[in-house]
Amino acid sequence: MRLFELRNISKNFGAIQALSKVNLKIDAGEVLGLMGDNGAGKSTLIKIMAGNFRPSGGEIWLKGEKVEFHNPVDARRKGVEVVYQDLALCDNLTAAENVFLGREAKIRIGPFQFVHYPTMFREAARHFAELKSETRPRDLVRQMSGGQRQAVAIARTRLSDPDIVLMDEPTAAISVRQVAEVLDLIRRLRDQGVAVILISHRMPDVFAVCDHISVMRRGAVVADKPIRDTSPEEVTGLITGAIEYA
Amino acid sequence: MRVSLEPIAQQREHTALRALLAHQPLWVTIALALICLVMGHVSNVFFTEDNLFNVTRNFSFIGIIALGMTAVIVTRGIDLSVGSIVGLAGVVTGLVLYSGHAWWVGMLCGLAAALACGLVNGILVAYVNLSPFIVTLGMFAVARSLAQVLSQNRMIYQFGPDEKIFTDIGSGITFGVANPFVVLLVLTIVIMIAFRYTTWGRWIFAVGGNEQAARLTGVPVGRVKLSVYLLSGLMSGISAVLLVGYQGAAINAMGTGYELRAIASSVIGGTDLMGGAGGGYGTFIGAALIEVIRNSLLLAGVDANWEGTFVGLFIVFAVLLSKFRGLRSG
Repeated sequence: MRLFELRNISKNFGAIQALSKVNLKIDAGEVLGLMGDNGAGKSTLIKIMAGNFRPSGGEIWLKGEKVEFHNPVDARRKGVEVVYQDLALCDNLTAAENVFLGREAKIRIGPFQFVHYPTMFREAARHFAELKSETRPRDLVRQMSGGQRQAVAIARTRLSDPDIVLMDEPTAAISVRQVAEVLDLIRRLRDQGVAVILISHRMPDVFAVCDHISVMRRGAVVADKPIRDTSPEEVTGLITGAIEYA
Repeated sequence: MRVSLEPIAQQREHTALRALLAHQPLWVTIALALICLVMGHVSNVFFTEDNLFNVTRNFSFIGIIALGMTAVIVTRGIDLSVGSIVGLAGVVTGLVLYSGHAWWVGMLCGLAAALACGLVNGILVAYVNLSPFIVTLGMFAVARSLAQVLSQNRMIYQFGPDEKIFTDIGSGITFGVANPFVVLLVLTIVIMIAFRYTTWGRWIFAVGGNEQAARLTGVPVGRVKLSVYLLSGLMSGISAVLLVGYQGAAINAMGTGYELRAIASSVIGGTDLMGGAGGGYGTFIGAALIEVIRNSLLLAGVDANWEGTFVGLFIVFAVLLSKFRGLRSG
C-alpha cells in the first residue's frame, strides 16, 4: 500500500492548463525531490497537495483511501503538513510559541483556560532535541539564524505527527552552513518514518537527501526515477527541455 | 561532535537582567519616579494626599481607554474613534438616565452604544479589509456627530431618580482612591493576564507579528481583529460612564482629543505602532507619566499650554528609545 499517491491530477485556470495528468507517489520514510523551472507547475501542485486548490481532475490517495482536501486545515488534519517558503513564523514570539501557534497548550483553572508555558517549552525542547537542532524554546525567532528558523517551522509540523511533510524551497535563502543543518533536519524527519516532498531549485541539495526525483516541465511530470539512476546533468536537461523525457 | 542538548534548551539568549533593561516600561517607570522625586523637592504640594488622589483619578479615564488602544495597536491597527465613542456613550448614558431609567440601565445603554461603534469598526477592518486608520477616522466623525444629534447640543445634568447612585460610582472613593482608579487597576491586571496567559492574547501578538503566518497556522485572524475593536469600544464606554458620573454632566464634546492621549500613553509605555509588541503595565505607566507631567507643570507654575510640548517630546523620545533597543537586539 502506497502512503501517498496523486493519480492523473489536472488543474486548469480557465483556458490555461497548469497541470496535465500528473502522477506522483511516495512511501513512508522516503524523500522525494520535486524539481522544475519557474512556471513548470510545482507551486500549483503543492497547493493542491496542501489543500489550497482543488484539482480539476484526478484523485489523491492517502494510506489506501481516496481523499479530498477542502482547505489547508483539513489537509493538515488528514496528515499533510507544509513548511512554507517564508516559514510563516512570527518574529515577535518565542520559538515555543511559534511551534504551538494556533494549538497552544492550555491548563484549566475554574471556568478559564490559560496558556501553559511550561508544557510548551518542554515539548518544544523535546522536538528540537529530536531534530538535533540547537534551538532554544525561549528565544525570540527574531534573534535566530536561518537554520534555527527552519527548525522551528519543522518542529511545528511534528506536533500533529503527520504522514507527509511538504517543504517549499527550504534552502533557498540561507547560508551554506545552514543548508547542511536543514538537510540534516530533513534526514531526521525521514528517519522517523515521515514522507518528505522537497521542492527545490538547488540541485546539490536534492541529490544530497532525496531517494527519488520527479521533474516537471510545462505542467507535466517528464521524469520519475530513483536518484541513483540519474545525474545532475540529466536532470538539468530534463528541466530545460534539452532532454525530452526520461 | 554535538554534546547533550539539554543545557542549551534551558538557556536563554538574554539573562533576566538584560531582558529587564531592554524593557521600555522599566525606563518609563524610572523616568516617572525621577519626576516625582524632583517634584517632591520643588513643590510641597505634590506628595500631599489630595494631589496624589487627583492625579491618579485624572489619568484613569485615559488609562482605561489606552488599555483597549494597546490591544488594537498590537494587532497592527489603530483606533482613532475612541474619543468620539466616549462622547456618544456619555450622551447616551445621560439621556437614558434623564428619561428616568435606573442607573444600571443607563450604564448598560452607554456601554452598548460604545460596543456598537466597536463592532462596526471591527467588521469593516476584519472582514471588509479596510484600513483601520480610515475606518476609525470615519467612526471618529460619525460617533461625534451622533452625540451632537442625540444631545441637541444641550448639556445633560439631570440623571433621574438614580442620580446619586450614578454620580457616586464615578466620583466615589474606594480604599482611599478614586473609583475610576480602582477600575483602571483591575482592568490593567486583567489585560496583563489576558495578554500573556490566554490564547486570545497570544493570537493578537501573532496577528501583529505576522498576519499571514497566523492565518496559515489556523489562528482565526478575522475574529481576533474584530475582538480588539470591540474591546477598544468597550473600554471607551467604561471610561465614558465613569467620566459622566464624575463630572456630573454629559456634553457631546466629552472625550475630545482623548484618542491622541490614549495612543500617546500606549506608545510611551512601549507599544510598537508597527504591531506585535505592547503591554498592560506599560500602558498604565504611560498614562500616569502624561498626567504627572501635566500636574508638575501646573504645580511648578508653568503655563499649562506647555503640556503638549512635553508630552510630544516624550512620545518621540519613547519611539527613539525603542528604535535603539531594536538595533541592539537585531
